[in-house]
Amino acid sequence: MNIAVCIKQTPDTTTRVKVGPGGTGIDEAGINYIINPYDEFAIEEALQLTEKNGGEVTLLSMGPASIEKTIREGLAMGAHKAIRLNVDKTPDDPTVTAKALAETLKNGQYDLIFFGKQAVDDDHGQMASLVGELLDLPTVTVVLELHVDGGSATAKREVEGGLETIRFSLPAVVSAQRNLNEPRYRSLKGIMQAKKKTIEVVEPALAEAHLVVEKLTPPPAKGEGKIFRNGAQDAAEVVRLLREEAKVI
Amino acid sequence: MNKFESPDYYLVDNLLTDDEKMIRSAIREWVDEKVMPIIEDAYQKAEYPHQLRGQMGELGCFGANLPEKYGCAGVSNVAYGLMMQELERGDSGIRSSASVQGALVMYPIFTFGTEEQRQNWLPRLASGEAVGCFGLTEPDFGSNPGGMLTTAVKDGDSYVLNGAKMWITNGTISDVAVVWARLDGRVRGFLVEKGTPGFSAPEMHNKHSLRASITSELILQDVRIPEKNILPESGGLNSPLSCLTQARYGIAWGVIGAAMACYHEALNYAQTRIQFDKPIASFQLVQQKLVYMITEITKMQLLCLQLGRLKDSGEMNSNQVSMAKRNNVAQALEIARMARDILGANGITAEYQSMRHMCNLETVKTYEGTHDIHTLIIGNDITGIPAFK
Repeated sequence: MNIAVCIKQTPDTTTRVKVGPGGTGIDEAGINYIINPYDEFAIEEALQLTEKNGGEVTLLSMGPASIEKTIREGLAMGAHKAIRLNVDKTPDDPTVTAKALAETLKNGQYDLIFFGKQAVDDDHGQMASLVGELLDLPTVTVVLELHVDGGSATAKREVEGGLETIRFSLPAVVSAQRNLNEPRYRSLKGIMQAKKKTIEVVEPALAEAHLVVEKLTPPPAKGEGKIFRNGAQDAAEVVRLLREEAKVI
Repeated sequence: MNKFESPDYYLVDNLLTDDEKMIRSAIREWVDEKVMPIIEDAYQKAEYPHQLRGQMGELGCFGANLPEKYGCAGVSNVAYGLMMQELERGDSGIRSSASVQGALVMYPIFTFGTEEQRQNWLPRLASGEAVGCFGLTEPDFGSNPGGMLTTAVKDGDSYVLNGAKMWITNGTISDVAVVWARLDGRVRGFLVEKGTPGFSAPEMHNKHSLRASITSELILQDVRIPEKNILPESGGLNSPLSCLTQARYGIAWGVIGAAMACYHEALNYAQTRIQFDKPIASFQLVQQKLVYMITEITKMQLLCLQLGRLKDSGEMNSNQVSMAKRNNVAQALEIARMARDILGANGITAEYQSMRHMCNLETVKTYEGTHDIHTLIIGNDITGIPAFK
């Protein structure tokens, strides 16, 4: 099988993000970058499929040369090669990224194209659907379980209150939900081998952006809590405040 | 417990390569997820967590700096050291299992063994499928291994071994023991396989230290091994001592991890524990301890990094390793004791890890050349006068 996995570099989920100068992006100083956690499930699924059926896993990621460190993390998991779509900065408009990815993916003859279900930085959650549409391929999102059988596959996906099982033909686009599998640890051998793997750099033609980030604001600071010191006597007051002030019941 | 972040007061990370940092974070992640949740219980119950061995093999922790052709990862010595640091941040016993397997079993087979011995043992030891141990110390010969009594006698196409070894990590569960014995008066290395008649490895119990690690005796009574089981290139006490240099190198790095764990725990505790209406971190006596800890950790890091670079460039000597082992273990132990102190009464419970590290480090101070012996090794080196002869 020939599989592509589109990955994104995101700040480590434990990072305390600060708004950067200009107010439309984050302050990148001191941030530790990782592979978007949902993308790790996508990589793992692709690796398991090629281990079972043969074939290759190609990683695709869009960004400046500095993201190659994160791409190598994916290669260290076992992906065979990678393509970096060279841009100075990851576009704010998901459509711009999707169009560039779709153009590159067209050349690859992939049986499956994986994404994480969303990136944990901007949380758009659009990329798999956009690329699927641009390539005119069946697209299955938020997948919890995947079985590939020759030219078709079945996937279980989360829907409100239950699971939906979908059958679809390949090639297709799939986005991974947490718990699709257990991503492997990067081994020392894998890390050493990743140094020798190729990251091909392509220069994508960028479409016009129709979406611009205007402002980034941190969440409002948490107000001070209220402490009730009289035990059960305060219950009625707590209920009143929860209902009238906090409006949660 | 907050997620572990290693202190880096002097931006030592700037001196590391991307893959060295990637190796550190890979092992750190594994230790966070697979070691930390189970290690305290294993320590309390004095059980070696067997389930970790295969995982450590998959990660490439065994003989990580040996060549890829034998199933090893072939990482730089600095990356190897960072791996040891992360393992010992979990527990000295877990790091010891990697030290013994890599530096004391795989290294001598690689260095003194035949190609057949390498092919036979190294891939299995690298994957963790097989376990090995190293038999040098004897009940009456610890700091003075040159006095060893264990003998090997050539008899036809076999060697017959007699003697006893003590304080042997992983002896009881080993598939192969690298046993050092006198053959015609000269110290040689032999591979003794599990199940050989006359060979047994009873476990030693009731330890106050390294409780999540197996410590054994090796008993050799007329143990007959085939001629091909001698390590042909071994000869003289320098052979086992060169293995110890490898292991001591890993220890010097490893204990930085234990020290970092203790510092991290003590700092967090001091910032949140309230006495006299303020965090105890606001008291000068506590600050003094924390400052001592971070300063010594920073010195340990720099000492090891340069030692690793020297090892990678082929310029390292064993006296330099003695200095790093001697200094770093003593400082890690001092840091663990200070951390335990800052934690107050809570520090004696299993809710906190500093006392476990502290107890482990008493062993680490003693094994692989005691603190005092390393003092005398360096003393000999700088004065030219051996104080131990």
